[in-house]
Amino acid sequence: MIHTPISLPESAGISAAALPHPLTARGEWSPHVPFASHAEVFAPAAEASGAGLALGLARAALAAAPRTAEDEVEDRRAWLWVQDAAAIRLGGRPYRPGLPADLRARLVHVAAAKPEDALFALEEGVRCRDLAFVVGEIAGNPRALDFTASRRLVLAAERHGIALWLIRLGAARDLGAARLRWEARAAPSAQTRWNAHAPGAPAWHAELFRARGVRPGTWTVREDVAGLSAGKPVPDDVRQPDPLPAHGAA
Amino acid sequence: MCVNPIRSRRMAPPDPPPRRILAVWLARLAVDRWRLSEGCVPGEGADALPVALVAETAHGPRIAATNAAARAAGVMPATMLADARAVCPEVETRPSDPAGDLALLENLATWVQRWGPWSALDPPDGLLVDTSGVAHLFGGERALLADLLARFAARGLTARAAIAPTAGGAWALAHYGPDAAILAPEDDARARLAGLPVAALRLDDDVLLILRRLGLKRLGDLEGIARDALVRRFRNRRSAAANPLVRMDQLLGRVPEPLVPVVAEVAPLVQRRVSEPLRHRALLDQVLGDLARDMARLLEGRALGARRLELGLWRVDGEVVVRRVELAAATRDPAHIATLFGPRLDDVDAGFGIETIRLRASWAEPLALAQRDFEAAAEHHGTSLAACVDRLVVRLGARAVSRPVAQASHLPERAQKWRPPLDPEHRLAQNEFAFHARPLKLLDRAEPIAVLYATPDGLPRRFRWRGTVHEVARAEGPERIAPEWWREKSTVRLRDYYRIEDSAGRRYWIYRHGLIGDGRGGPPEWFLQGLCA
Repeated sequence: MIHTPISLPESAGISAAALPHPLTARGEWSPHVPFASHAEVFAPAAEASGAGLALGLARAALAAAPRTAEDEVEDRRAWLWVQDAAAIRLGGRPYRPGLPADLRARLVHVAAAKPEDALFALEEGVRCRDLAFVVGEIAGNPRALDFTASRRLVLAAERHGIALWLIRLGAARDLGAARLRWEARAAPSAQTRWNAHAPGAPAWHAELFRARGVRPGTWTVREDVAGLSAGKPVPDDVRQPDPLPAHGAA
Repeated sequence: MCVNPIRSRRMAPPDPPPRRILAVWLARLAVDRWRLSEGCVPGEGADALPVALVAETAHGPRIAATNAAARAAGVMPATMLADARAVCPEVETRPSDPAGDLALLENLATWVQRWGPWSALDPPDGLLVDTSGVAHLFGGERALLADLLARFAARGLTARAAIAPTAGGAWALAHYGPDAAILAPEDDARARLAGLPVAALRLDDDVLLILRRLGLKRLGDLEGIARDALVRRFRNRRSAAANPLVRMDQLLGRVPEPLVPVVAEVAPLVQRRVSEPLRHRALLDQVLGDLARDMARLLEGRALGARRLELGLWRVDGEVVVRRVELAAATRDPAHIATLFGPRLDDVDAGFGIETIRLRASWAEPLALAQRDFEAAAEHHGTSLAACVDRLVVRLGARAVSRPVAQASHLPERAQKWRPPLDPEHRLAQNEFAFHARPLKLLDRAEPIAVLYATPDGLPRRFRWRGTVHEVARAEGPERIAPEWWREKSTVRLRDYYRIEDSAGRRYWIYRHGLIGDGRGGPPEWFLQGLCA
């Protein structure tokens, strides 16, 4: 296991941003580090928790990425969402009004008929310099998605510095070369202030079962107006209180 | 205060020169073209005998055009050939060629631009040229007309021409006015044109028949009648060619008449003929690479980039295979072009061999000079979005790559529409409300759910979807979305949407289709439409 601390000497010629995923000093995973490699999220097909977690992680990593002076303007890069036919049948297509507001207008969607075509589209997307990140959704364990294919994706993603988040719907944990491999399922949402009986900000049980460079672990990841946060895992019958500060408290 | 003369002139721009339209009528275009193809001067050789150009119609051959000798013998255009033979048994027939005539006319339309900046076709046998403000270059309009008629005569084409402030006026004078007529802007068009027959209005034959039956034979007759009477008589005629009032207004310049100008355009084309017919893919790829390089050089010379490319493969046995590729953005990168055609050539059957390969950019857009090594740069810096989309479209098909755009509709499945990925997005006046929580993903078709146990207020407490039982732990709703009555049938039921979360934390978007006792079907059913994050 390679423990490359973020404080790599500059004389080595490699900046921290060039690494696939710079880590926190203690080897702990945190959502707020840049990520430019291939990650997999295993999720049940009957819920959108995989897509929700992958999008949340992608946005958090994007926000943490070092920005140059010319990036000071708003990030208008497109992002790619590739789905194969089985994934569309099981989980539906992305729905623009439900996407995060900053990502809505920038989505380019690819509906691939076969997993082979989806893998081709993923690799083309990762090789494109004008994309912010690539999200893939492939159902099951197709023969085309073997260790070699995932290794190809890792190499392409790290070469071009584009993050690839591949959601595996209803798939068994097979061999794969992805740098981070997650297992996600839905967790009870946070309580809302005004309606205790309503679903609130989404939350997921996220298990990082295989990772290169960081310690695996289990978290309950929440996404609310403040952004993505990872906390200690909580059981299913406990609801997080409303994260918003009370009005007039200040 | 002293007024600077230059300044004052700038503040009041001079009036633009008056509009001058030149109409040319090639009265004998079909016969002239036939005679030129025979290579004889008028009235001699083959043209000395009566000749008729014949078109095949549903009722047998009909004469389309005749030469001077045939007209002298009494053979008139638009008669049946059998009738014409009765009048003049020795008439010779040749097939007419309307497509060839039109091609010649298109050719002439660019040629006549020597007398004006733009020209328009007036099929089947006329041309219109805008000569506003250019007549002085030829020594006045009279000299311009003389020059034009002399040049048409030198080409062996019978032509009549006229200049007027409107296209309608010029057309009328060219067809029915005196030779080389000029209607000056200060002339009284109404008085000058009053003596022309009503056919000068470019009307359909049935309208001319009506006018003749009404006893309106000259343009002056039309002016003599109260306008309301004519408006009432032709109130149902919308198209200009069927309404004499509209045509009259166009003739006098009271309403504008848009004309479609002819712009000469040559599609960039490169071609290779091979001495030994190609039967193998490797050689074809080689030739394709050469063609792509030739095309890139050609496009670069014109500062263009190709948007659509057509590759034609002519086989030895006469078959032609055409492959077409559209690009998301203009490009002239040879490697990219060759890569795009690569997968399209997999299913080409070479047969006995391919002898001619032609690459044509049927749609090109201006593209400034830019970096040249697209493919090598792609290895280091990645491809551009347009190139990426091109590759995806070539392999997966144009419908597979798209982007969602918002559409003005309340119905969730209609609120987004899939459009090509690089099309510019036009903003909608109204966006989704911020307080509407929408699911992250929407199923292509809402799936029915079986309600196992419902609460008294109607929301399911437990339901089954795809064989799994879900306990509803939290719910928010209903959000009532009524059918779009202006678009759908009156029997479509409304929907009550609920955002729910089950005991395991899975969040869905479900709806009840209809209400109890709404008179639009049986008990309402429940559907699951969206998956929330």
